[in-house]
Amino acid sequence: MNALLTARLLLVLIALPAIGQPIGLRPPSAVAAGSPVSIATSGAGTATFYLLGPSHAVKRTVQLGQEVSIPGSDLSSSGLYQAIACDSSGCASAAFQVLPASPARFSFLVHPSRVPVNTANAINATALVFDRFENTVLEPSSVAFRFSPGVGEPFNRRVPTELGIAWLQMGSTSKQGPLRVLASVGENAETRVIQQVASEACGLRMQATSGPRNVRLQTEPVRDCGGNPLPDGTVVSFTKIDGAGRSTVDTPIKKGVASAQFSVSGPARISVACGVVLGNEISLGGQP
Amino acid sequence: MRRVLPLVIVLATAALVAAGWSGAGGFALRAERSAATAEQAVRALMADIQAHNWDDAYASLDHRNDIQKSDFIAEIAGTDGSLRTYSNLQSFDVWPLHADESHSTLRVRMNWSSAVGSLEELRDLSVIRDGNIWRVVWAKPNFPVVPLQVVPVNYLRWDVIGRRSDDWGGGSVDSPQVRIMSMNAVERPDRVVVLGEVENEDTVPAYLNVNATLLKPDGASLDEQGSFDAISHRLLPKQISPYRVDFPGVRLSQVKSVRMDVRALLVPASADPVISVENQNIAKDALGRKILKGVLVNQSGQTANIAQVLAVFYDSGGKVIWVNDGYLGQALLPQAPVPFAVDIPDDVAARLQSYHVVVNHYIAPTV
Repeated sequence: MNALLTARLLLVLIALPAIGQPIGLRPPSAVAAGSPVSIATSGAGTATFYLLGPSHAVKRTVQLGQEVSIPGSDLSSSGLYQAIACDSSGCASAAFQVLPASPARFSFLVHPSRVPVNTANAINATALVFDRFENTVLEPSSVAFRFSPGVGEPFNRRVPTELGIAWLQMGSTSKQGPLRVLASVGENAETRVIQQVASEACGLRMQATSGPRNVRLQTEPVRDCGGNPLPDGTVVSFTKIDGAGRSTVDTPIKKGVASAQFSVSGPARISVACGVVLGNEISLGGQP
Repeated sequence: MRRVLPLVIVLATAALVAAGWSGAGGFALRAERSAATAEQAVRALMADIQAHNWDDAYASLDHRNDIQKSDFIAEIAGTDGSLRTYSNLQSFDVWPLHADESHSTLRVRMNWSSAVGSLEELRDLSVIRDGNIWRVVWAKPNFPVVPLQVVPVNYLRWDVIGRRSDDWGGGSVDSPQVRIMSMNAVERPDRVVVLGEVENEDTVPAYLNVNATLLKPDGASLDEQGSFDAISHRLLPKQISPYRVDFPGVRLSQVKSVRMDVRALLVPASADPVISVENQNIAKDALGRKILKGVLVNQSGQTANIAQVLAVFYDSGGKVIWVNDGYLGQALLPQAPVPFAVDIPDDVAARLQSYHVVVNHYIAPTV
C-alpha cells in the first residue's frame, strides 16, 4: 500500500514543475524524532496533504491557510521527510529533516568472550548509541567504559562516539580470571564479562620416578609465563623412546599437573610437550 | 498318460531347482565346504565364517589346542561393541605358503565390510591332515586378563549450558580458537592429498572440521573436500590432530593454490579415556609392506568400543609428508594392550624421519 502511495507521490513530484504553485508549505528545517511539529500552509480551501518519511507515509485532508499538526508518532524515524499538499490547482512540497532524539539506549558488544592473558589489542569493546526510537544518535556523545579485572584495580576509559559508534581496543591483563566491562551512556549501563585465560605453557618441566619395570612421570604445575595455571583438561603429551620403540600418551592436566606411566626396556629418552611448547627431556638408564 | 504328466512336472521342477542351485554358486560352495585338501579346508572355514555358521566352522577346526567355541566366535564376531561386531566377511583370498604330506600353511586375506568401510586382515593358518580330511588349526585367542581392580575415574568433563541471548551482543560465547599448524599438498598416483596438522589453541574443547578448496590458475575453484574421518574431530585444549583431505582424480599440475577452512564448534566433551600408544615401530607386514605398528592401552576404566589410529609422518625437516589411519576391530578394554598397524607407502617410508600417532575413540552410550 505504501509502495503504491509512494509511486503516486513520485508521479506528483515529477509533475510539480509543470504545475503552478498557488499553495505553500513552510515546515521547520529540522526537528527531533518523536517531537510533534506544525507545518504552516498558505492558500485557500482544502487540500490533500502527504507526509513521506524514510519508513512511514501519511495522507490526510487539510485546510489550507492553517497549520498542519503532525504528531510525534509520525516522526519517529530520523531522516529526510517530504511534506506535499495538493489541491485542484496543483501541488506544493517542502522537505525537512528529522534528527535523532537524545541518547536513550545503546547496544554493547565485547569481543572475544575468552582471551589469553597478556595479549596486545585483543579486546574490542563497541557501543552503538540509539535514541528511544532506535535511531542511531549521530551527534557526538560520550560512552564511559569501566574495566574491572578479577585481580587488580579497575580502570576507566571514556570514548566519544563517531557517527553513533564508540569503540576501543585494548590488551588483556596479566592475570587470568573474569574481566568485567561496564559501559554507560547517561543513566544507561550494561555489563559484559570476558574470561581471561592462561596463555601457552612456559617452563614446562617434568620429573620421573623409576620403578622396577616402569617409570612414572609427573609435570610440575603447568603455568604460563605470567604464572597463571593452565586449566585442567589441557592436554600434555609425553613421549618415550627406548629399545621397544616410541611410546606416546596425551594426558589431560588434572589438579594442575599431568602424569603418565611407561614401562621401560633399556635406556630411554623421555620428553614432554604441551601444544607447540616443548618441555624438558629426561634420559633414563633403564633396566639391564 | 495320467501318471506321465505329474512325473514330467516333478522332473522339470527338480531340473529347475538344480539349475538355480548351480547358478547361485552351489558347486563352488560345496567345493568350499569339503575339506579334501588344505586349501579346501580353509575355504570351507571361510565360507562358514561368511555365513555366520559358527557350529560348522568350529566343528571343522582341529581341537588339539583346546580352543573353546566361545573364544573362537568372540574373536571372529567381536565383543564389547567393537567394530568387528558391526562387520561381515565380504570376501577372502587364500594362497599356500608351505605344503607337505601332513601339514600346510596357507595365507588368507579377509576383507571385512564394516560400519566405517572395508577392512583387510591377513592371517597365516596352519592346516593339518586328519585321516582323509584336513583341519585348520585356529590359534587359541589370547584375550587379555586384567585382574579385578577398582579404577578411580575422576574424569574431567566440559558441558555447554544455557541458551543464547536474544539481545544483540548480550550472551554469546566465542567458538574455540583453532589453528592450522601446517599444510602440505602432495600428489599420489590417483589423487591430490592435502595434509597437515591442526591445534586447538583454546582452553575449551573443540569439534572441528577441516575443508580444503583447490584453486585453478585463474582463481576458480577446482574441487572442494573435507577431511571426513581422517582427523580427530574432537580436540581437547592444546591437543594437536593430523588431518588429511583427498581429491580423487585431480593432478597437482592443475592446482595453483589451496584455500583452507577450519571450523570449530563449542561442544561438551570428556577428557577420558586416556589411551597410550606404546612400542611404536616401523616394520614390515607379512606381505613385505612397510607398516607403523604398536599397541594401544586404554588407561581408563571404561571400555572404548571402537578405536581409530591416526598417524602423521614427517620428513627430516619436520614437514608433514603423509597421514594415514586405521581402525581396530577389537574394543579397547581397560588396561588391555591391543595391537595396531598402519600402512606406509614405500615412497613415504623412504623419506620419513619421525611420526606421531593420535587415537580417536567411540564409546557406545550405555542403556
